[in-house]
Amino acid sequence: MITARSQTDRVVPPSGAPATLTSFTAGAMTFLAVFALALSLASGRLADRWASALDRTATIRISAPDDQIARQTQAVLDVLSTTPGIASARAQTQDEQRKLLEPWFGPDLPLTDLPLPQLIEVIEAPEGYDSEGLRQRLAAEAPGAVLDDHTRWRKPMAEAASRLRLLGVLSILLIGAAMAAMITLAANAALSANAQVIKVLRLVGAKDNFIARAFVRRFTLRAAAGSAVGALAGTLGVALLPAQDAAGGFLTGLGFSGAGWLLPFTLPLLAGAVAFVATRVAAFTTLRRLT
Amino acid sequence: MLSDISLRLAPGSFHFLTGPSGSGKSTFLKLCYAELAPTAGRLTLFDRDVRSLSRDDVALTRRRIGVVHQDCQFLDHLPLAANVALPLTVAGRPSVAADLSDLLGWVGLGQLAEAKPPSLSGGERQRAALARAIIMGPDVILADEPTGNLDWEMSLRLLTLLVELNRMGKTILIATHDLNLIRQAKSHLAARVLRISKRRIQLAGADL
Repeated sequence: MITARSQTDRVVPPSGAPATLTSFTAGAMTFLAVFALALSLASGRLADRWASALDRTATIRISAPDDQIARQTQAVLDVLSTTPGIASARAQTQDEQRKLLEPWFGPDLPLTDLPLPQLIEVIEAPEGYDSEGLRQRLAAEAPGAVLDDHTRWRKPMAEAASRLRLLGVLSILLIGAAMAAMITLAANAALSANAQVIKVLRLVGAKDNFIARAFVRRFTLRAAAGSAVGALAGTLGVALLPAQDAAGGFLTGLGFSGAGWLLPFTLPLLAGAVAFVATRVAAFTTLRRLT
Repeated sequence: MLSDISLRLAPGSFHFLTGPSGSGKSTFLKLCYAELAPTAGRLTLFDRDVRSLSRDDVALTRRRIGVVHQDCQFLDHLPLAANVALPLTVAGRPSVAADLSDLLGWVGLGQLAEAKPPSLSGGERQRAALARAIIMGPDVILADEPTGNLDWEMSLRLLTLLVELNRMGKTILIATHDLNLIRQAKSHLAARVLRISKRRIQLAGADL
């Protein structure tokens, strides 16, 4: 017995260039989408890292003559210990300050000879503290103390990371839309090239749904297959990027982590879904026109 | 093209439609399988007004009408057997290989099941078109100049097949300008002849 299903796919002749174009487009777009996805995820991780590292910390910098440094430091620590919303505070040691400056000035920096300010690291409690009130108290108790709650530079960095993530998501959406447009054009070309086939199918009693299905199935499979190749190539490309390194900063952190490596392989499913919808809409629009 | 037409094709009848080239024979057939809709008046197919049919209804109606087109209308990329089985395929019904083989044998094309349509002769294509027209067991068979490309011997063979189908109860309408074919048919069965003249269809007399 010859099944109707096996015949259905054969009623439309091989679509040639439009089908090849669909595979290529889906592959290329998915390749780009993998990088956009990697960018978006890396931006997200970066934003979270910056937020968690800086969100609950503050620094108090004390610049005063040598004979007053110790007194003002103690005064600041006393103020902090009685300030609601402060979880802990401690003055940095000379060793810690040396380590902070080492990347710029080397390990042999004569720290005692330099008029460096004393730094106090403040950890905020979950409920937060009143930064303006704290500034006023510090001004009264330790005139050389300046509170830096990191807002000044944390906010633009977090914003930049969020925007970068948004751009990544937007890029993926645009790539999807461009792929839908290309597949629609390819499907329209295939439908136009097969106008005579469609006419014959109608004459023998084919419903629009049957004719559309023959085209939709072909383009969906082509797009999914092309996209799978693009996803594999893109993932390999991301995997071959240099490993994350502190000196490399953001660029070396571009990639996936953990289960994130599976995400690119959902793109062929999305590409197939995009092709399915785009071809179906194109097919029914064309079939309504070809009365 | 055609006007003031009022006729009914009774189930099981055999009609010829004749008239000069360009008189509207093909147009009338197209009306009969709903490829064209009348610009005025009322046309019913199987007791349903054509204007009330949805696109799917038109497709379902065409499954009850087998059409032998003048130019056969095959899908050249498919082998003959797949072309003949096409009405079953689009209807989602499986074609049984043995039945298909029997049908191709009945129209004398048993050895050409895997041949592509462009490689067939005119007569072979016409017979294949007839096989495709009847594979769904339609109630009505329409044929547009089915013997146009055939020699006399082949024309008679095709006519014999159509007469055989009529005896099985099928309604047959053949558009042709081949008067010899009509005379030959009338000697075998009670075929009625409709003639298109001056845009109207009239029942022809016995002078053919």
